[in-house]
Amino acid sequence: MAKTDMTPNGAKVVKIMRRPVRWSLAEIAFWLLAVASVFLLPGQHLILTEIAGLAILALSLDLILGYAGVVSLGQAAMYGVGAYAAGLYAIHVTGEPLSGLLVGAAAGAVIAFATSFLLLRGADLTRLMVTLGVAAVLFEVANKAAWLTGGADGLQGIWIDPILGLFDFDLEGHTGYVYSLTVLFVLFVIARLVVNSPFGYSLKAVRDNPLRASAVGVPVNARLVAVYTLSGAYAGIAGALFTQTQQFISLDVLSFQKSADGLMVLTIGGPGYLYGGMIGALAYKLIQDALSGFTPQYWQFWVGLLLVIFVLVGRDRPRQFVIDVMARLRGGKGGAQ
Amino acid sequence: MSEILTIENLSAGYGRAIALNGVSLKVAQGEAMALLGRNGVGKTTTLNSVMGLTRHMGGRVLLEGRDVTRLTPEARAWAGIGWVPQERGIFRSLTVEENITCVATPGRWTLDAVYGMFPRLRERRGNFGNQLSGGEQQMLSIARALVLNPKILLLDEPTEGLAPIIVEELLGAIRRIVRDEGMAAIIVEQHARKILKITDTAVILDRGTVVWSGTSPALMADAEALATHLGVGHHRVAG
Repeated sequence: MAKTDMTPNGAKVVKIMRRPVRWSLAEIAFWLLAVASVFLLPGQHLILTEIAGLAILALSLDLILGYAGVVSLGQAAMYGVGAYAAGLYAIHVTGEPLSGLLVGAAAGAVIAFATSFLLLRGADLTRLMVTLGVAAVLFEVANKAAWLTGGADGLQGIWIDPILGLFDFDLEGHTGYVYSLTVLFVLFVIARLVVNSPFGYSLKAVRDNPLRASAVGVPVNARLVAVYTLSGAYAGIAGALFTQTQQFISLDVLSFQKSADGLMVLTIGGPGYLYGGMIGALAYKLIQDALSGFTPQYWQFWVGLLLVIFVLVGRDRPRQFVIDVMARLRGGKGGAQ
Repeated sequence: MSEILTIENLSAGYGRAIALNGVSLKVAQGEAMALLGRNGVGKTTTLNSVMGLTRHMGGRVLLEGRDVTRLTPEARAWAGIGWVPQERGIFRSLTVEENITCVATPGRWTLDAVYGMFPRLRERRGNFGNQLSGGEQQMLSIARALVLNPKILLLDEPTEGLAPIIVEELLGAIRRIVRDEGMAAIIVEQHARKILKITDTAVILDRGTVVWSGTSPALMADAEALATHLGVGHHRVAG
């Protein structure tokens, strides 16, 4: 019987997983600009640190919403738990920041993994309510466990050691920004590898049509649990980064507003290509900063109005613009999508 | 020959509607079976029920003797049932290569092997699912099922809506898969004359039950069965 010529088992798939996805000029320029901001905007490092943290939170949300189609209004659950875990670790174990980040990541991942099974049933509305509910429960737990978290007074007395024993966190936020930007870049690179692997492709298949994906062999539930856990680790790191750069935690880290901020930022930048969270965080924070300076009492009114207009005019435009630019520069398929 | 797939007295449907009523089939290792019948008699429902996509109302589905009736669709796929749905089911936001690799498992059917079977897909490997023609989508759907390295393929009307030249190309590929590669398959097809030349056996469904079963040559020679159940003249089948 004639047989088709075959290569060794799965060799091609492994090759694809290891294949580096080319960086487009637009992507390189984006990160060079980010590095340049360290030197060119020394007076803005405090707000840039906030932007980097918010971008990581939005990146965590992009992994589940942009790639797997899981909507969430409870990303603050993992963010807040990561923040508290890193804070408690700094107070009771060591102020070493890198291990603190890992503690935050682990805490976020554990919460995400434990609650991921609640997301496997139901569709968007169910998931919105479940994630919202989990975050609300954790908020109240943190509020009641004041002996551990400081409750409404916040967790104080956090002291973070110099990074690698060399770089002390300063009041101007220089160290904090370089640190946050580095963490953001590392997490971005990992996310980029993940979404450009067969695992990432299968997430998009699940997002496109879960039932069909299941019937053609994608282990849908396992994929959702895995990506939600990864997303939780990212959110936990964002929370830990907040703790380390602010050296104070309030209950706000578990609030609905924190989850909404993440979703809003991702909506502004556009989900599903990894840069949306960063672009959205930058735009959102700069607009917020400008408006709060211009009209301190009513800035939320203007932010809300702009958001409504933006969504109505076309929230996919920034994403499409970036993808088009990348595709043009690359001469083919665009972006990290 | 040992049996790959056994369907025992299977009843299934959608909601309260019964579409299959006690269907029994057996597909042996290396056997290609044509599943025939007029519109709405339960051909697609049979395949969907094998994949676990309908409401199960009775009977069993066995894969190599293992009862898979209660398994989820993905577990059935991983157990070795490759499904090529009627509407092709291409993931539109994935490229051709991403559509294939997202489900690939180690085995004889690798990316290179399916590109060898469908060279057109290699040419279009970077195109998104929504940028493919109907024939290319069908090839991709078959390729995606193959890289799962299944024990049996379920092909649901693979030539539906395609241009004649593409139909010939696809039938050639299906012939190589079932004849040369020895892949067991159930092929649902409305046009008996196209598929009976490729398959070993044939089953005709009518109103959710099996009304005829036997070898493909026997069906081609059975003018009465063809005329009664399929509305096809003998001369057309032979031609």
